[in-house]
Amino acid sequence: MGLLAALLSLAGVSLAQDIEVRVPSGAVAGQAASISTTGSGSATFYLEGPSIALKRDVQLGQEIQLSARQIEGAGRYVATICASSCSSSVFFVAAGKPSSLTFLVHPSRAPVGQADTISGVAFPFDEFGNLIFTPETVQFQISSKDSNLASHSVQTQNGVAWFRSSSGKSAGAVQIAASLNDVQARRVVQQVASDPCRLQIKAQRTPKGVEVQTDPVRDCAGNPVPDGTIVTFTAKNGDEISTVDAPIKQDVARARIAAKGPIVISAASGVVMGNEIRVGGQ
Amino acid sequence: MKRALPIVIVLVAATVLLIFLGATFGRSSGTVGIASGSALPGFSEHASTPEQALSNFLQDVQRRNWDRAFASVERTSDAVNKLDFIQEWTGTNGGLRSFSSLEKYEARPLHATNSEAQMRVRMQWTTPVGPVEDVRDFQLAHRGDEWKVVWNQTPPPNVPAQIVPVNYLRWDLVSGTSSDQWGSHNVDSPHVRIVSMNAIDSAEGTVVMGEVVNEDTVPAFVNVNSTLVDASGNPIDDESSFDKILHILLPKQVSPYRIDFPKASLAKVKNVRMDVKATLVPASSDPVIGVMNQKLEQDAQGRSVLHGELLNQTGETVNIPHVIASFYDNNGKVIWVSDGYVQQALLPQSSQPFAVEVPKSVAGKVQNFHVVVNQYSLQKS
Repeated sequence: MGLLAALLSLAGVSLAQDIEVRVPSGAVAGQAASISTTGSGSATFYLEGPSIALKRDVQLGQEIQLSARQIEGAGRYVATICASSCSSSVFFVAAGKPSSLTFLVHPSRAPVGQADTISGVAFPFDEFGNLIFTPETVQFQISSKDSNLASHSVQTQNGVAWFRSSSGKSAGAVQIAASLNDVQARRVVQQVASDPCRLQIKAQRTPKGVEVQTDPVRDCAGNPVPDGTIVTFTAKNGDEISTVDAPIKQDVARARIAAKGPIVISAASGVVMGNEIRVGGQ
Repeated sequence: MKRALPIVIVLVAATVLLIFLGATFGRSSGTVGIASGSALPGFSEHASTPEQALSNFLQDVQRRNWDRAFASVERTSDAVNKLDFIQEWTGTNGGLRSFSSLEKYEARPLHATNSEAQMRVRMQWTTPVGPVEDVRDFQLAHRGDEWKVVWNQTPPPNVPAQIVPVNYLRWDLVSGTSSDQWGSHNVDSPHVRIVSMNAIDSAEGTVVMGEVVNEDTVPAFVNVNSTLVDASGNPIDDESSFDKILHILLPKQVSPYRIDFPKASLAKVKNVRMDVKATLVPASSDPVIGVMNQKLEQDAQGRSVLHGELLNQTGETVNIPHVIASFYDNNGKVIWVSDGYVQQALLPQSSQPFAVEVPKSVAGKVQNFHVVVNQYSLQKS
């Protein structure tokens, strides 16, 4: 009996004594629909859904009209008719056509030349904010100001489409667009220089000490390392150590080391070590 | 009333007599020892011993009686004027000493003859960042019938008028507008990583320390939090690095951190949870401060100290420099983090000495060290 009721419910038909409720089988959010009943006489109609709960007096045997506003929310609805007894039936409202894309991209800054470092996730929604669960094809496109760099077509699964991509070789802004039919969302990711590739220093003794500076600091793809990146200069003179954390300014980091005797100077930035030079005493 | 008047007269007369006796004979034949205590305001005892002379001098300093303090010292150089003398004690340029006061002192003799003496004074200063101890040696000389403090401090170097070229570099935060034609651009929090962590049991409790690095290309305001967890998974205590970290980390900059749990025993700790919080903040890359001539040595009191000099390489005054040093063993593991505030302001293109202490239990294992400088500038706060 339970199995029969379930089958009837799935078919959109429910029998309870003499009232039959026929619910719409392919209702779409934001589109009007109707529910038909059998029998005669007055009854009370109840509708319960994801974003609605209503009660209305109806005449059995006549169509019950549901307005577009009443079924804007996609999901499971329960229609109930009560006369001498109650009868209810369940129906589902699907999301409408894609109207917007929620598009999340991470990170906002990506070092160049890194594998699988940029990821994006897109969620299609209809005009009423319902997540669209039916498979849709989302087109992801990565481009710079000058050219298209890559594109991926991904079908949504359970309302989600995502991609993962490596960063390019050149520092600068790249646009990542997600498109579904005529709906598009765009995000910008800043590709930044990676770790310094070769850290070369040179030094010169002056009356105030030793002036030491790097050659222009670039990553392995030739992009200048951002200004402000710290280069640590270390000077050793026997068991005495002098250090200066100097920021790169206009591609070059400079520091002054107050030492009179002979010293050995080295440089490091993050995990990258530079060359070592010896400077004689004054 | 008639009965009370004679009693008042007797009390006043006795007080005056006691003051006179105290000023005339007090400590006239004292032995060399620890000088402490204080005289009545306005009355300095005759400096017939080195301890008395030093005590009188330090009391004048404590009371900021600069006229008498300066008059009582014997200057070794005329280059030291009264203003330099006062600024040596009161600080200048918004340095930490400007906000400090001498709370107490304890003097011990190091060496004494009939004509000269050397005393070591441990001075306890109250400061906005907590009590600060300053150890200083004083020379005293016997002149006539009294002892005098010999003031041999060199005057602070004058910073000449100059123009220091600076390539201005700072980061500002700009909130984007949603109507960007090319696409909206978020700004993520900086990517900061804890690169090492070490928990040890010290005399004061459990200490968690290590290093944190800013791996991003933008500056980060960083704070490290730690939670001690017991065997059953319950938190014992949680603390933050507070001021024992370089809070603003520029790109690729490394900072030590130390988190103290004063009442927690490491034996009860099963797990340590670490959490680093980083937020994007406006920042400036200046001033650049060099840490020169760092050397780990034993000081006159037998303590292991890392000392050196801070050199301000830019044109901006650093009011309160704060030194944080990490110490490594032969495996490169951080085994201690010390910090200390420098009491005098660090003027442009000039230097200030610093020293931070290393515990005896750690000093023997130290193979290397790394010093960073936190800077507080009044014009930025």
